[in-house]
Amino acid sequence: MLFQLTDQPIETLIGSLHPHAGGIVTFEGRVRAVNDDKKVASLEYVAYPELALHEGHAIINAALKQFDILEARAVHRTGHLAIGDIAVWVMSAAIHRKEAFEATEYIINTIKVHVPIWKKEHYSDGEAIWVRCDRCTDDHKHSHTVKEAFSL
Amino acid sequence: MTTIHITYFAALRDVTGYAEETLITEVVTAQALFHKLTAKYHWPFSEADIQVAINDRYQPTDTLLKEGDRVVFIPPVAGG
Repeated sequence: MLFQLTDQPIETLIGSLHPHAGGIVTFEGRVRAVNDDKKVASLEYVAYPELALHEGHAIINAALKQFDILEARAVHRTGHLAIGDIAVWVMSAAIHRKEAFEATEYIINTIKVHVPIWKKEHYSDGEAIWVRCDRCTDDHKHSHTVKEAFSL
Repeated sequence: MTTIHITYFAALRDVTGYAEETLITEVVTAQALFHKLTAKYHWPFSEADIQVAINDRYQPTDTLLKEGDRVVFIPPVAGG
């Protein structure tokens, strides 16, 4: 399975890979305790599964064509996650590391802007907001929220 | 008139108050349907914020709607 959604904790062990794969690059996106100076208590991820799986597979297949890699996979969590939980996991395997780094970065950047998955941040003060992430591929990203409309 | 099935996710589900609904409507495009629903539910998104999926695939907003289509308006995504 190239791209998966799961409501269970993500297993990060990857097992056996292509025998020519010498460079493996994995990325874990974890729930962090602070976002935009607000104390986060938990995160809730919701996916549109039919389209998310289709787009996720397309992204992995695009990476396999675009980069000189042997394998690539990704898994994204849904449901309610605690601080430190893995929200997304991406792996690329190549003969050498450079292509694996590039492919993994491409995959996570593209997932963040293209796959229909949303997250609601639950803050320590009880507020909960759907995060709007317009610049998620920027290195110095800042989340944009629709706070005014969705303070719950 | 066309029967359209609409599914809501995330912020649009919260604001609308439904997971899904079926409308019998005179609108012809997904774009027109978006504006009709925005007027009805006061969605806090502009057309530029929203993508459209028809029958579980991204489609241009000016796509013509057909009888029985499943439409999902996709607010800004935030995976990862």
